[in-house]
Order: sequence, then structure tokens, then C-alpha cells
Amino acid sequence: MDKLVIQLLNESRERIYNRWMDEMERVRDEHRLQSITDAAYEETNKELFEIIYTHIEQNVHKPTDRMTEFAEHLMKIGWRLSYITQGLQNFRRIILAVLLDANQSNEKVYSMYDEIDRWIDPIVNQLINESAKNWEDTVSIQKVALQELSAPLIPVFENISVMPLIGTIDTERAKLIMENLLTGVIKHRSQVVLIDITGVPVVDTMVAHHIIQAAEAVRLVGAQCILVGIRPEIAQTIVNLGIDLGQFPTKSTLFKGMKTALEMTKRKMIEIE
Amino acid sequence: MNIQSCVEVRNEWDIVKARQSGRNIAKELGFGTVDQARITTAISELARNIYLYAGSGEVAIERVENGGKLGLKIEASDSGPGIKDIRKVMEDGFTTSGGLGAGLPGVKRLMDEFTIDSKENEGTVITSIKWLR
Repeated sequence: MDKLVIQLLNESRERIYNRWMDEMERVRDEHRLQSITDAAYEETNKELFEIIYTHIEQNVHKPTDRMTEFAEHLMKIGWRLSYITQGLQNFRRIILAVLLDANQSNEKVYSMYDEIDRWIDPIVNQLINESAKNWEDTVSIQKVALQELSAPLIPVFENISVMPLIGTIDTERAKLIMENLLTGVIKHRSQVVLIDITGVPVVDTMVAHHIIQAAEAVRLVGAQCILVGIRPEIAQTIVNLGIDLGQFPTKSTLFKGMKTALEMTKRKMIEIE
Repeated sequence: MNIQSCVEVRNEWDIVKARQSGRNIAKELGFGTVDQARITTAISELARNIYLYAGSGEVAIERVENGGKLGLKIEASDSGPGIKDIRKVMEDGFTTSGGLGAGLPGVKRLMDEFTIDSKENEGTVITSIKWLR
């Protein structure tokens, strides 16, 4: 960066600092940081300001390690990235004001401002890119984790398996349910599969349709499905919707379903004396 | 909490968002668990129709009052292809997407009032109300 700019910035550091702090206080609400104590907010602002200034002193055009660490730390404790980007933008605006005050020629001011622009933009861009990448990573990891949780088939007794479903069923998950059911039934040589929908919040026509299809597919490979965990309100909505679940047995609880499943495989639960 | 909300439906997860806000409002208005489930399911059907047939649209949920009666109104609107034959879509078992064909007639049975306003190639607005008893 131009030596003159650096010199000017160093000379008016105090003034820039005060104006910048005022500006940051003004935008505090936008970043939903009302719950942070005043002292903590001021401390963080101070640190951010220092970091921005070290960029100028070291004359670098990308975020220093310290800046990235600072940003990562803030994001981790729940601050928004916009706090930092706005900090940089405010900084730029104030510098322009300072430059104009310094009575330079218009041309000079323009070239200085241009330089500052070219200096701040890559920093902002890289911070945004990094944080976006972080988010994308998190989302894709969670997607995988969710997929692993989404449709487990558990062999409980010989020939009896249970698939507990919890949460919303979308088309992707419906596919997984079908696949896991069929492969699981064959792998565990199940005769009866209990599908437990206690944890499914809404059973609309699409969900019902997928369950019916899955049950039909299970029947084709020679096993029998029992739908369990139908809550009273779900039973009523199913009736209102006019969905026919008559092709396979249904039970209100997993326990009752298990009893039926044992009967179907010619076994029963007894109490021992 | 505000007693109205509007959810844009663009993907499958927006359907979940729409019915979540519907359930919250229904709870707030004092609907019982069965009616909450009915309302949520109705929103789910309408929002899914938007997603399946129009691609995008919005679901507005608000509180309505009529002569001392309190209710919840769902308005699902889109600017999709519209419905060709409304009488046909209200028949049980009619489907163009390979589903169960219980969606719209089902919603009508789940709710108390139900109107469809649709123009071909312009869009569809479905309004439905459930009154608090």
C-alpha cells in the first residue's frame, strides 16, 4: 500500500478508532448481540480493530492467521460473520472520511480509496468463502449422519425385525426405508417386520403411500409387515384422508405388534415363575 | 407470538417449515391434538401439491374470526399450471402423479371450509378454514 496512506492511517489512528467504535455500537442490534455485555462487546471490537490495523501494517491482501482464527472463534460462540464484514466496511467508510478531511486532491483521494478497496475486498471475500465452506462441510456431514440414523432395521428375535421411524419422511428417506427394509428382510431372514411410526409427526397421503408401497414390497419377498405406533390423532387423520391401510395389520403400540408378530411365528411371551 | 405466518414453498423442507408454523399457530389458538394433527396434515397436503405440481408458491396461515367463532385459515397459492378439471381432482383416487389421490378430497374432509380457485396456466389458490369448537 502507498506509504502515504499508511502514514496517514497511523497518524489518525485514534480518531479512526473512536469513530469506528461509535459506528459499531450503532449497528450492534443488527447482529443480534444485545445479550453480550457492553464490556465484552467493546473488548471484541477493540481486538477486531487491532487485527484490521495489523493488516495495514503488514501490508497483506488476505486475512492473516490471526484474523481467520478470530473469525472462527466468533462463529463458534455464535456471532454472525456479518459483524466482521460490517466492521471492515465501516472501517473503509471512515477511512474515506478521514482521507477527505486530510485535504488531498480529488485524484489522490480517489487513488487511495481505490487502493483501500482492493485491500479490503479480498479479505472480506476470503472470510465469507471460508465460512461458507465451513457451513457446507457441516451440512454435508450432518446429512450423512442423518442418513445413517434415518431407517435402521433391527433384528429383535429370530424372524422378527423392527424398523423404528422417527421424524419427517421425505422422498429421499422413503427410498432408504424401502431399500433397508428389503435388504434387511432378506439378510436377517425375517418373516415379520414391525414398522413403528410413533415418532413420525405427520402422516399425510405421501407418507402413507410410501408405507403402503414398502409393505407391499415386503410382502413380495415373502415377509409380512405390521404397522405399529399409530397414535389416536394420526388414526383420525388417516380415516379423514380416506387412506386404506386394510392390506396389512396395524397396532397401536410396538408391544402389541410384537405380541402379534410372535403369534404369527408360532411363539408367545410367558411370565416365568 | 404472531398469529399469522407465510411460508414460501420451494423444496421439500419448506413443507416441513409450513406445517411446523401451522401446528404452532393451531396450538396457540387452542385447538386440541386431533385438530392440530388435522390442520398440520392439511397444510402438508396443500404444500406438497404446490411443490409437486407448481414447483413453487406460498402457504399463508392466519387466524380468522366470524361472528364470535374463531378459526384458522390456510391459504395455499401458486402460479403454476392450474387445475384443468376441479371436479375430477375432488374425486377420491384420482391422481396424475402416481400417488394415492386422496390429497385434496382428504383436505376437504380434514377441514371445515374448502374452496378452490384455479385458472389454467395462471395458478391456483386454495383456501381452507378449520373452526375452533
